[in-house]
Amino acid sequence: MNSPTIAVDHVTKSFGDVTAVDDISFEVYPGEIFAFLGPNGAGKSTTIKMLTTLLRPTSGTLRLAGKDVVREQAAARKAFGVVFQDPSLDDELTAYENMELHAVLYGLPRAMLNERIDMLLKLVELDARRGSYVKTFSGGMKRRLEIARGLLHEPQILFLDEPTLGLDTQTRNVLWAYVRELSRDRKMTIFFTTHYLEEAEDIADRIGIVDRGKIVAMGTVDELRQQTGTDSLEGAYLALTGKAIRDEEVSAGDNMRAHMRARRR
Amino acid sequence: MMRVIYVLWLRQLKKYGRSKSRVVGAVGQPLLFLLALGYGLGSVFARAGKGDYIQFLVPGVIVQTILFASIFWGVNILFDRMLGFLKELLVAPVPRLTILLGSVLGGATTGFLQGALVLLVSLAIGFRPYSLPLTLVAFAIMAMLAIGMTSLGAGLGSIIDNMPGFQAVNNFIIFPLYFLSSSLYPLDSAPPALKIIAMFNPLSYAVDALRGTLINQSHYGLATDFAALGITMVALIAFGTVCFRRIQT
Ligand SMILES: Nc1ncnc2c1ncn2[C@@H]1O[C@H](COP(=O)(O)OP(=O)(O)OP(=O)(O)O)[C@@H](O)[C@H]1O
Ligand SMILES: [Mg+2]
Repeated sequence: MNSPTIAVDHVTKSFGDVTAVDDISFEVYPGEIFAFLGPNGAGKSTTIKMLTTLLRPTSGTLRLAGKDVVREQAAARKAFGVVFQDPSLDDELTAYENMELHAVLYGLPRAMLNERIDMLLKLVELDARRGSYVKTFSGGMKRRLEIARGLLHEPQILFLDEPTLGLDTQTRNVLWAYVRELSRDRKMTIFFTTHYLEEAEDIADRIGIVDRGKIVAMGTVDELRQQTGTDSLEGAYLALTGKAIRDEEVSAGDNMRAHMRARRR
Repeated sequence: MMRVIYVLWLRQLKKYGRSKSRVVGAVGQPLLFLLALGYGLGSVFARAGKGDYIQFLVPGVIVQTILFASIFWGVNILFDRMLGFLKELLVAPVPRLTILLGSVLGGATTGFLQGALVLLVSLAIGFRPYSLPLTLVAFAIMAMLAIGMTSLGAGLGSIIDNMPGFQAVNNFIIFPLYFLSSSLYPLDSAPPALKIIAMFNPLSYAVDALRGTLINQSHYGLATDFAALGITMVALIAFGTVCFRRIQT
């Protein structure tokens, strides 16, 4: 296979005596969609923050497109785009201004700037509100704008930390369809985290199940089922983490399942 | 790189222009000072043989405006940290120093503009600068002051974690510093203790430099003023840079 675009090697991150990420290693390849699935506090966001240079690992190495995120920070930063779990928009700017600022930060040529911003704002159905201040947006609209912004510079690697949290079903579908297209046509590497089993199952080529800072299993859905001798991802998840996804997440997942079922009919 | 600095600069100006209360508050307070003190104490000042108090006060009030506006601008950095936008800036393939530079230049521009606005209003109420060329030098001093104080604000915004903390610094450090400078009274006739305190207070030199250029009255001499101001500016920029670099998310 080609060389991995994401390479994580024996990485640990401690906050005081809390070990958020505990000696994890994995690789993701060009064009692959990889998901981290795990309960709250498993260390998903901490892993993404280390990969995106916001946190330094306590030990171990992380490489993006071959660049060490600690020692070759500048080069590593050129390789990725990210949608964080927490908001990172400027509320006092308009949707368009947020996009424009991002485009300049990433050195997008002026000529293609408007066209790409237009295309993405349409994709997330915010083109009618492009001139509105972000502080006037609903939670879901902000989320959509964050995602559009993350896609703006067409990075080689895209990190999505629970991207669909709070999004309606239709928007989720549009988003994932577009992300799939990017991974297929542009060989973009996608790394996302989620609590939704269905999302991991439907979207990801490979899944890493994380719990308490460790990757407890990794592979395709089939492989995970075989490893655990279960007949569904849900069964595998339960067998591996020893717990069903917490109540609120189950209900959110159920909701989504209900939506999907309704849509299929 | 220039393009990045430009958009970051522009971002600060837009944010500033969009909050009317910020503009009014920042200019209103010093003007109130000028009017209350200027007219209230003007006759006392004149009787003491010190001339026109408004003339004397305007440079100090301009320094006050730039001082508070620029330092308080630092809450923008605090908000960027708290509200998450800073993550967007920090993961971008742009050196942290560039981000700081663009933002500080933006903040300094707003501080400078407020100082200039106060000067303009002063003209309307009778302030008369000494000469035009020297007034241009005064603008340069105001710009230096704005850049230095904005850097200080950026540093504070990088290390302080909440608004009350910011307010505390304002009340317990910046206000006393302002009152113990030569901003409100002439140093020539001040008690020796106050003179000594003022001598170690960088703000005195900023006020003195503005007085030297705007009303041709200098206590320390312009050369000393510029030297002191330059050193202070370098120190504050260093402070802002070190603090901003150490931001953890
Ligand atoms: N800055 C921090 N300081 C101290 N502890 C932290 C910090 N960030 C994360 N942690 C801890 O690290 C652990 C992992 O957190 P992390 O945010 O990576 O989990 P997560 O898998 O993303 O969870 P969620 O699904 O809730 O988003 C948690 O126990 C959390 O309390
Ligand atoms: Mg998380």
